[in-house]
Amino acid sequence: MSDMQSQDYVRRSASTMTPPSARNVEDQVAKLIDVSRCIGCKACQAACMEWNNLRPEIGHFEGSYENPNDLGPSVWTLMKFNEYENEQGNLEWLIRKDGCMHCEDPGCLKACPAPGAIVQYANGIVDFISDKCIGCGYCVKGCPFNIPRISKTDHKSYKCTLCSDRVTVGLEPACVKACPTGAIMFGAKTDMQHQAAERIVDLKARGFAHAGLYDPPEVQGTHVMYVLHHADKPSLYSGLPDKPHISTLVQAWKGLYKPLAVAAVALAAIGAFFHWITIGPNETTEEDEAEARREMRETEEEQAP
Amino acid sequence: MTRPANTITRYTTVNRINHWINAGLFILLLVSGLSMFHPILFWLSGLFGGGQWARAAHPWLGICLMVSWVGMIIQFWRENLPNRDDVAWSKAITHVVRNDDGHVPPIGRNNPGQKLVFWSMTFLIPVLLFSGLLAWEVYFGKATSIEVQRVAILVHSLCAFAAVLVFVVHVYAAIWISGSVRSMTQGYVTPGWAWHHHRKWFRELIAHRKQP
Ligand code: HEM
Ligand code: SF4
Ligand code: SF4
Repeated sequence: MSDMQSQDYVRRSASTMTPPSARNVEDQVAKLIDVSRCIGCKACQAACMEWNNLRPEIGHFEGSYENPNDLGPSVWTLMKFNEYENEQGNLEWLIRKDGCMHCEDPGCLKACPAPGAIVQYANGIVDFISDKCIGCGYCVKGCPFNIPRISKTDHKSYKCTLCSDRVTVGLEPACVKACPTGAIMFGAKTDMQHQAAERIVDLKARGFAHAGLYDPPEVQGTHVMYVLHHADKPSLYSGLPDKPHISTLVQAWKGLYKPLAVAAVALAAIGAFFHWITIGPNETTEEDEAEARREMRETEEEQAP
Repeated sequence: MTRPANTITRYTTVNRINHWINAGLFILLLVSGLSMFHPILFWLSGLFGGGQWARAAHPWLGICLMVSWVGMIIQFWRENLPNRDDVAWSKAITHVVRNDDGHVPPIGRNNPGQKLVFWSMTFLIPVLLFSGLLAWEVYFGKATSIEVQRVAILVHSLCAFAAVLVFVVHVYAAIWISGSVRSMTQGYVTPGWAWHHHRKWFRELIAHRKQP
């Protein structure tokens, strides 16, 4: 997205200073996707393309309702379909709207090396400021949900913005507006949690004993949440991670190691400088030259027939 | 090139050209790489015309560096093979760093410090190449799993850090030992320099010198 709000940042990638954050009393928002009410019509997918002016290349039919086959630089949300045979031997068609989860603790932002290319607003939305993106793909490595996609034409990273441009002016995201069954809801995160809780009671009463809310604490919760009938097995839903977390490899790479490494290089250079001014250069003296001449003469004499 | 009488050739023209191509590439890699390493160094990307340029140029420069380093290996591997003298010299390292050369045993053409720099780079540059290729989003972003890429970028980052430390040691050693820089720019050293710093090499040279 473009940089519409710039005074309500709570996080800013590759920044060591406090980002501009005066406008910080906003409510935390969330999108709630009730998987149990989704009919897989893809109205949300179309609305996303429409609002954001995205036109992915027409692909090929790959034997699945999933179309296109994967998220992409211009596919920010994608309906994923899984045919699941439950314990009773009945077929369940598990359909999930995939896209950025807007993590409270975003791995993409932690990994990004470009100052301000990824920001998080006070309302919790994680946004890519594409203008500042350098196309390195670190966000791909940082994301626990395999979301960002780098364009091969402009080398910028793209993903769902949670319609930050619409939300800024008090509108709901385009997908929410388009959903014909009301499976996608949007509002304050606490409201969405209440809404989900009511729905889960309902689902449990209808025999889905493991119904629950997907708001994974490993990433301190997300600003896109799912109501799942099988909340005990999120991976049934086309590989939704059971325990999404920022990879320990990424944490090692982006943790304390970085400042320590910079300090170590600086210390090495400073150490060298102080070696120079205390012990000083190791010069070749006139005596060395004389010694060398003497040895050369002696060798010559020895070798003389 | 004019040079005083009686000087000794330490690096041939080919040696020097290869070395400085290598140095140039390494510095460009270091600057572009460090710009992505830590936010306080991001400004370095400005030297490349911006972050996108630094990111795009870096892997290509890396491939060139690998080619250049193969040239360095071919030219210098033999004189960097370890030998018995290295042990005694290394034991005297505290005398070495204090310029107390009277207590440092004589050494051949290269000392263990120089050998360490050579072999560290000979290990690090291929690892940087391989890990760098795996982390190269534009061409290899889909070639391996994201988990493999996470390992690759971490390995790359650690090896780059090690390479930068080796580089700092190398550059300072060249400045510290007066006459070294000239040996790599103009190619020669004085007999006194060779006698002082690489006495065994000096003696070998004069023993096999052709009689005038
Ligand atoms: C030899 C071949 C090399 C290749 C193919 C390579 C490739 C890469 C790639 C693909 C990246 C990710 C950013 C980008 O897409 O540009 C990267 C990052 C980096 N490279 Fe290299 N590189 C090489 C050598 C080096 C060398 C010699 C250094 C030395 C000092 C270096 C230092 C770095 C650093 C510091 C980073 C940032 C790592 C981080 O974010 O923690 N690279 N390299
Ligand atoms: S789902 Fe991935 S891209 Fe979205 S906020 Fe979380 S880490 Fe970032
Ligand atoms: S590709 Fe862009 S958004 Fe992703 S980490 Fe690199 S600079 Fe940041």
